[in-house]
Amino acid sequence: MSIEVQHVSKRFGSFQALEDVSLDIAGGSLTALLGPSGSGKSTLLRIVAGLEAPDSGAIRLAGADATPLAPQKRGVGFVFQHYAAFKHMTVRDNVAFGLKIRKRPEAELRARVEELLELVQLQGLGHRYPAQLSGGQRQRMALARALAPEPKVLLLDEPFGALDARVRAELRGWLRRLHTEAHTTTVFVTHDQEEAMEVADSVVVMNKGRVEQVAGPRELYDTPANAFVMSFVGRANRFGEAWVRPHDLELVPAPNGTTREAMVERVVHLGFEVRCELVGADGEQLAVQLTRDEADALELDRGQIVYVRPTRQTVFAPA
Amino acid sequence: MNVRRLDGARQERGTRLGLRFVALGYLLVVLLGPLSMVFWRSFDQGAGHLWRSLSDPNTVHAFRMTLIITAIAVPLNTVFGIVCALAIVRRRFPGAGAVNAIVDLPLALSPVVVGLSLFLLYGRTGWFGGYFERHGIQILFATPSMVIATIFISLPFVAREVVPTLREIGDEQEQAAHTLGAGGWATFWRITLPSIRWAVIYGVVLTTARCLGEYGAVAVVSGHIEGRTETATLRVQDAYENFDVPGAYGISLVLAAMSVLVLVAMTLLKPKEEAA
Repeated sequence: MSIEVQHVSKRFGSFQALEDVSLDIAGGSLTALLGPSGSGKSTLLRIVAGLEAPDSGAIRLAGADATPLAPQKRGVGFVFQHYAAFKHMTVRDNVAFGLKIRKRPEAELRARVEELLELVQLQGLGHRYPAQLSGGQRQRMALARALAPEPKVLLLDEPFGALDARVRAELRGWLRRLHTEAHTTTVFVTHDQEEAMEVADSVVVMNKGRVEQVAGPRELYDTPANAFVMSFVGRANRFGEAWVRPHDLELVPAPNGTTREAMVERVVHLGFEVRCELVGADGEQLAVQLTRDEADALELDRGQIVYVRPTRQTVFAPA
Repeated sequence: MNVRRLDGARQERGTRLGLRFVALGYLLVVLLGPLSMVFWRSFDQGAGHLWRSLSDPNTVHAFRMTLIITAIAVPLNTVFGIVCALAIVRRRFPGAGAVNAIVDLPLALSPVVVGLSLFLLYGRTGWFGGYFERHGIQILFATPSMVIATIFISLPFVAREVVPTLREIGDEQEQAAHTLGAGGWATFWRITLPSIRWAVIYGVVLTTARCLGEYGAVAVVSGHIEGRTETATLRVQDAYENFDVPGAYGISLVLAAMSVLVLVAMTLLKPKEEAA
């Protein structure tokens, strides 16, 4: 089911959460809404779900106007950052909730719940209460609950934000696989660019209530639409009007006219990759990414003077 | 270093014991002392006398009045309290702030003032008094005014218990229920009410206790007619003023026992893991 956001604006008191946002999300896609906090990404997701009403603009689901519809009439599944588990119900009753509301026959309901518990690897935990589960298990329960009524659209609001790094990585891969199997139109909100790049086919970068760019992960990184996207997605160094990625900076031991001088402040070894923090002559911070062989050849060390030359740079037309 | 720590620990224990002593002592002197006196004095002239004064038809009628009034006031105030709490916390309509302030009014007003204001409203020259009189409905000096007075007095307890719980659970579970297809009504019955049930039960217990014990407002509006508009608490005063001191204590004892029973019932109902 496709999602169309048409000229949506939303204001909370004096705070403009969304300003004339338009966006098309293709049916069956896996899309990330990426942006810093306060960029309006969660508000947009909640408006699509019907949990907030836009001040102006419209939401179309599968081509039909859904703006006046209550959330329960939209057929969307929603996963909350803090799980929103029904604390007084067992895991099984949580997952069965959407089916009970739809008055599905008991046998079908039981079979579907078992199938879902297996899918989220919670088989055997159906009799427990949410308080007896770990954070990762609770979020998987919330996913199974959202999937139970077979929604046409699955919306996830920072679904892995409250989990530790390992569980987060595991659930990311899991969400990816789930989408490959079911092809439900999926939109998730995140402020973690790595998460967006790793999981999504298409990334919507938002800032200050506006959409900055919509693109695939690779395109977003290689041809950012503007300085905000350049600096928010991946690291970037600024040379006056030009922006340079850390791996597009070359370090040479001697000056050659096109280089600038900098001092090594910190060298971080991350296996194959070496990250080097430099301070330029004007006190500006520079980040450089090298391979271990390159770093070894230069014998990089703290306090050393090196010479920096960009091999590729991007200049944006002034906004 | 070690010595000092020991000293600190000893001092801390001393403080804790002191606090416990003060709390228990206070309870003993202010609450349990008078209650046990009531118990003691009830049996002063033997169980036979106690039974005689309790089985007096007017006393039985007084208890029946108290129970009838409680049985009407508690369910009404429970429903009203939950609706009020939802209005205050979720602010679904304008004026919810005013509701929040007004709900507390019965706690601040003296019951006698409440009784008098009802007198002014439903009296022969009051705003509504004329209307009811023309239609032949007796409000004052009859059950209706006693019920209204009791409802007024016991109004805030359910709302006051439910409001903090509603705030604490937030509305994310309700939103989740909506996205899963549940409408407002289904969400209330399946999600909201089960989440606040212990607050509601506690509120009901407090309301019940308050209704059983109501005296001031009912005393003003009831007219205090023996065998007709007398509740158990009014009966206590009656017995006392007629020099039937053991009778007065006996009725008090039954009233206290009813309240304790309600409290015990709640404690037993409440499962252990939810008490935390």
